[in-house]
Amino acid sequence: MPQQTSPTSPPDEEPQPAVDVAHAESPDTQEQPVQAPLSSNPVEASALTRAQAGDHRAFAELYSIHKKRIYSLCLRMVGNIAEAEDLTQEAFLQLHRKIATFRGDSAFSTWLHRLAINVVLMQLRKKGLSLISLDEAMEPAVEERPGRSFGEPDLVLSGSIDRLALQRAIDELPAGYRLIFVLHDIEGYEHNEIAVMLDCSIGNSKSQLHKARLKLRSALRTYPQQEGRR
Amino acid sequence: MNNGHDTKQDCAAFQAQLPELIASGVDIADHPHLKNCELCRALLADLESIAQAARELFPIEEPPDELWAQIESKIKKEEG
Repeated sequence: MPQQTSPTSPPDEEPQPAVDVAHAESPDTQEQPVQAPLSSNPVEASALTRAQAGDHRAFAELYSIHKKRIYSLCLRMVGNIAEAEDLTQEAFLQLHRKIATFRGDSAFSTWLHRLAINVVLMQLRKKGLSLISLDEAMEPAVEERPGRSFGEPDLVLSGSIDRLALQRAIDELPAGYRLIFVLHDIEGYEHNEIAVMLDCSIGNSKSQLHKARLKLRSALRTYPQQEGRR
Repeated sequence: MNNGHDTKQDCAAFQAQLPELIASGVDIADHPHLKNCELCRALLADLESIAQAARELFPIEEPPDELWAQIESKIKKEEG
């Protein structure tokens, strides 16, 4: 998982890892460190080094390598193509401004991934989105209350989950729920990492994720079964 | 009453613990409540299925070709 950074700004400088692997591997390098490659991918490492020196063509190479992953991440987080394009653009502009600060303490792709997430979060905050509403956490909506599940059919028994129906249900999640669901269940971040990114408690992250899943379950049961069948 | 053994209150108490239980990574299948409650077993199975299906849902998407031109143009402007 990526290094933790401030939830409100892209990583200006990477936090120091507990062990500097790049310098700890060989005793020879402990007293006189040798510059380690900034990426294990030689093509990326070369482009990265050149881009850090101001080579525009190298930066374009980095864009080509990472554009799909960053665009897909933005699209998953906001669920809107036009916004995802804008956010991808902003992420790479931020990358261009900050690329010289990357020191290789984590994988470049991890660092860029976190930078892009921060760009998305900043944009959502600008739009006034309260990412984590404690009110929501303390006062679950009616359909999320445990008792509502009694006596209703469950998805496992009624058939497999339809991809399109699930996609639609995720698209329709409130933005805060969607963010946590995407970060945890799809991107694979842990609750402690999400709590740092979203500036909330770990318990709140767990609670919100649970509610997001309950909302999805409720939505999937609401859609007519035949609508999702392909 | 949801079945012959556990009450709605039992289910509510169990479901209130679910976020912690799921996040803890422990094997919830052994939880005493689930042994008696078919509905909560189904709920848990649904939640696991949703998480699993979501992980497999999203393809890697390609941004439009013109996006790079826009980025490049802005970079040039910033560098003035």
